[in-house]
Amino acid sequence: MSDTLVVAEHRRGELEDISYELITAGRELADAMDGDLHVAVINGDVDSHAEQLDRDGVDTIHTVDYGKGFNHDVYTQAVTELADSLSPRTVLIPHTATGMDYAPAVANALDNPLVTDAIDLQYDEELTVAREMYSSKLESVIATDSTQAVVTVRPAEWPPTESDGSAAIDAFEAEIDEAAITSTVTGFEETVGGDIDISEADFIVSVGRGIEDEENLELIERLCDVTGATLAASRPICDNEWLSKGRQVGQSGKDVTPDVYVAIGISGAVQHVSGMKNSERIVAINNDSTAPIFDIADYGIVGDLFEVVPALIEEVE
Amino acid sequence: MKALVSVAEVAELGDDFEIDGLTIDERYLGYSLNEWDDYAIEEAVTLSEADVVDEVVVVTIGPERSEQTIREALAKGADRAIRIWDDAVANVDALMPEMKTRILASVVEAEEPDIVFTGVQSDDDAWGATGVALAEEIDFGWAAVVTELDLEPDDGVAHVRRELEGGLEEVTAVELPAVITIQTGINQPRYASLRGIRQAQQKELAVKSLDDLGLNESVLDSELALTELYEPETESETTIWDGEPDETAAELASFLRETEVIES
Ligand SMILES: Cc1cc2nc3c(=O)[nH]c(=O)nc-3n(C[C@H](O)[C@H](O)[C@H](O)COP(=O)(O)OP(=O)(O)OC[C@H]3O[C@@H](n4cnc5c(N)ncnc54)[C@H](O)[C@@H]3O)c2cc1C
Ligand SMILES: Nc1ncnc2c1ncn2[C@@H]1O[C@H](COP(=O)(O)O)[C@@H](O)[C@H]1O
Repeated sequence: MSDTLVVAEHRRGELEDISYELITAGRELADAMDGDLHVAVINGDVDSHAEQLDRDGVDTIHTVDYGKGFNHDVYTQAVTELADSLSPRTVLIPHTATGMDYAPAVANALDNPLVTDAIDLQYDEELTVAREMYSSKLESVIATDSTQAVVTVRPAEWPPTESDGSAAIDAFEAEIDEAAITSTVTGFEETVGGDIDISEADFIVSVGRGIEDEENLELIERLCDVTGATLAASRPICDNEWLSKGRQVGQSGKDVTPDVYVAIGISGAVQHVSGMKNSERIVAINNDSTAPIFDIADYGIVGDLFEVVPALIEEVE
Repeated sequence: MKALVSVAEVAELGDDFEIDGLTIDERYLGYSLNEWDDYAIEEAVTLSEADVVDEVVVVTIGPERSEQTIREALAKGADRAIRIWDDAVANVDALMPEMKTRILASVVEAEEPDIVFTGVQSDDDAWGATGVALAEEIDFGWAAVVTELDLEPDDGVAHVRRELEGGLEEVTAVELPAVITIQTGINQPRYASLRGIRQAQQKELAVKSLDDLGLNESVLDSELALTELYEPETESETTIWDGEPDETAAELASFLRETEVIES
């Protein structure tokens, strides 16, 4: 029998969706291994979180009531102790900014191998993990023949488990070494919204690194003028301060759901796609036919934006 | 204060490529400095210019080819470089974070930096793991996905902002020594000046084997194995408009009119 341990994520009093997605992924693994599914919830209002995490397929929920919110030193120690005490075959942690801040430390403290950003998990005597490489152009499979492995799981790859469960709830007395806590979270801040709210727009033209130079942005601005589209961008454009952060689409920017999203010179990295994949219709203009943006686009033009966009402006005018 | 910056040379896949077993032939790959590490170098060099840091050492685990990348870091203002490579490392199918962690840990032991900068992730492998794993290994504090750094060496702390999802940032204080994993956008990386490029030729670039670091091949042991590499199948049914730019543009324009996002 081989168990699976899942670590839930919460922020400012709310459980994040990834927690319920991990329950789905964890249950599938636990079934394949004929083992139990354990869920850990650490810090915060653990009792109310535990109640919410009691979903179908969860065997035991372990609460670690220590501090108010996330602290990576506490998380690292608590998950390490839980893994030592439960000996799960696999520890699943969200591949989020929060997970990235403690999962590698947990793996290292346990002397376990670590595989990150899993998009598929299979167990057949061995645990195999599928993940993307080369900016999502390729997938690879990593096999783990260890007795225990830590895997971080990409958000929105598994559906969340919705239905209620009947898990046992266990208060885990973690022995947290205070001297080893060297970080303190002092607060949160929203990065400024910027000059415009792109999340309400019906028609978005979004520009990426394919534009090459700040002065070339004028071309896309002209397209927006003649079509009435709202201008948005991928991260590098905002990192370069060519456009305000408020126009960034993606995981660390805004989620958008327009009727039409035209991606120009954007490769389609997962962190970008997560913010625009729910657009009604997606059009991509990119000169690389293997760019992953074409995997989610409804319509595509494989071509040079410096030729296609001027022609489009002319056509609309 | 001494800063160590770990930099990776990353591979980018061209438009056209072939997979050969578990590898891609070098013909189809272009190499460059990892985007995130460019920001990490800038952060360290800025601190050195502000006299907060006295020495910036860059380290890469990479073949001879990667000297171009590490020279770029020297040209941007790092003081000296270490490149780690030998036959045993070259023989590894895939450099897993645990291997990089053990190797970099021995560099930290030898160099004794007060702060280590890494990128959030390497663009090609996208593990997003090496910095935090290294911190745990060497018993440093850490902060991951950092978009603002304010060092107070006299108090022994780093005040950082960590980027979370959806435009939210976490404000955190970390005791030094620490590993900081740098997110893009934290600064505006400079271009290497001609003078910088010339000076970089004179700067020390030490090449070391595992043996030189006092390590043996067991640091390359892993219970992970790369077993498959393939192009993902897409379920999408994308309509590609073919033709000259004016033809494809006309298709797109009529699509926009049909969907009524622009007036006809
Ligand atoms: C924690 C984290 C959070 C992140 N959050 C976000 C986020 O919120 N939003 C976001 O966008 N990214 C985010 N990223 C970054 C993301 O991983 C990618 O690096 C980024 O999305 C790439 O932007 P891009 O597609 O514009 O650039 P690239 O990936 O460089 O793609 C440029 C594209 O332009 C094409 N191109 C080049 N020239 C032309 C031409 N003349 N004509 C047509 N096409 C051309 C190329 O073929 C290529 O496909 C995040 C990363 C991390 C690690
Ligand atoms: N081969 C390497 N040599 C030196 N540093 C590396 C190497 N690979 C990764 N790193 C560092 O670790 C960071 C995260 O990489 P990864 O965990 O591979 O996604 C990078 O931004 C680099 O700072």
